Amino acid sequence: MTDTELRVSKIENGTVIDHITGGQALNVLAILGIDGTSGEEVSVGMNVPSDRLGRKDIVKVEGRELSQNEVDVLSLIAPAATINIVRDFDVVEKHRVSRPSEVTGVLSCPNANCITTESEPVESRFEVLEEGVRCTYCDTIIRESIAAHISVE
Amino acid sequence: MRHDHLLSAKQLSRGDIEAVLDRAAEMAADPGAVAEAHDDRLLGLCFFEPSTRTKMSFDAAMKRLGGDTIDMGSVESSSVKKGESLADTVRVIEGYADALVLRHPSEGSAKLASEFVDVPVLNAGDGAGQHPTQTLLDLYTIRENAGFEDLTVGIMGDLKYGRTVHSLAHALTNFDASQHFVSPESLRLPRSVRYDLHEAGAQVREHTDIEEVLETLDVLYVTRIQRERFPDENEYRQVAGEYRIDAELLESARDDLTVMHPLPRVDEIAPDVDETDHARYFEQAHNGVPVRMALLDLML
Repeated sequence: MTDTELRVSKIENGTVIDHITGGQALNVLAILGIDGTSGEEVSVGMNVPSDRLGRKDIVKVEGRELSQNEVDVLSLIAPAATINIVRDFDVVEKHRVSRPSEVTGVLSCPNANCITTESEPVESRFEVLEEGVRCTYCDTIIRESIAAHISVE
Repeated sequence: MRHDHLLSAKQLSRGDIEAVLDRAAEMAADPGAVAEAHDDRLLGLCFFEPSTRTKMSFDAAMKRLGGDTIDMGSVESSSVKKGESLADTVRVIEGYADALVLRHPSEGSAKLASEFVDVPVLNAGDGAGQHPTQTLLDLYTIRENAGFEDLTVGIMGDLKYGRTVHSLAHALTNFDASQHFVSPESLRLPRSVRYDLHEAGAQVREHTDIEEVLETLDVLYVTRIQRERFPDENEYRQVAGEYRIDAELLESARDDLTVMHPLPRVDEIAPDVDETDHARYFEQAHNGVPVRMALLDLML
């Protein structure tokens, strides 16, 4: 058992999100809508040593298997992440995140003059570019600090 | 041209543009031929911010096609003042009209409106975003005066917030035009427009001084530097004075240079330019009627 595994205990059923870009674990939780108020059992390791990334974050969520949509959105801030689905303490599925073509209702547009920032009955929608994302309504492109624009309730 | 809505110049192909301009030329040559073409149609004018040229030319265009317009009036006198959402407003008005023309201060407003109605939405300016019908009349003016072959266009002024600039830049990529953008550093083209021009493989150069490129231009498109965008009045005055065209400056331009402006102008084009053969901005404004007639004819 490695030092990393010792810091974050095994889960029985749920999802382990590994190889998250260092420092992004809390943003991953935001994307998943986990803020601790719903009683989920969550373990978080931040900036732990990683052969592949140097430093990485790791999130283990007990009793919840992520949807493909949630996994896709994670790719925006953690493109190297791996998703491990755990059942009865065994990893039964393991896959990398992939970039979606569009994300809806996850990011808020940084353009204060964008119609999506007003009281209109629409969700934000962003096209995923090679580098960054682009608001489908006002065309604003976000390249840096995408996580700062996460607006999951 | 088959589009349900006209939201952005990005959706216009060269074929679409030429279809509108050809139809506009036919209508300009013989307006009587279409005097009753749409006599059973109503156009809804939804202007959430002030407009003179765009609103009046749509109004004139629809009436010259035999149709009529209904106008929601000023924001102050409408339900918007009571807090009604744009989505609700356009859903109500679509029940009254066969198409909607929308001018709104927020970027993306026309796209949002199009998602809530089944009638065609024509974007007549959404904040600093797009103004595609202005672009069609700009292109009509360019075709009439300079043609589209080996075209070199200079676009000067507020490139950051200028929606007419954004739409025109996108549309010109259809014609392989060489585009020169002239502005203060603080008012350069936004990242999204530069991205699209790059993706389209457009020939683009950026400058801070018009004299660097003036003598190479077929068309100079001037826009107003918007005082309200500057946090510091002195900073505005410093750059605004540098982006002013006058007859003396144009002496170094080609004789056949076409000078355009979407209007209104403040002081970026001196009155003495009006008397030169370069001035085409009033003709450009007048072209709004046949071009919008053609557009309505093709979309309704």
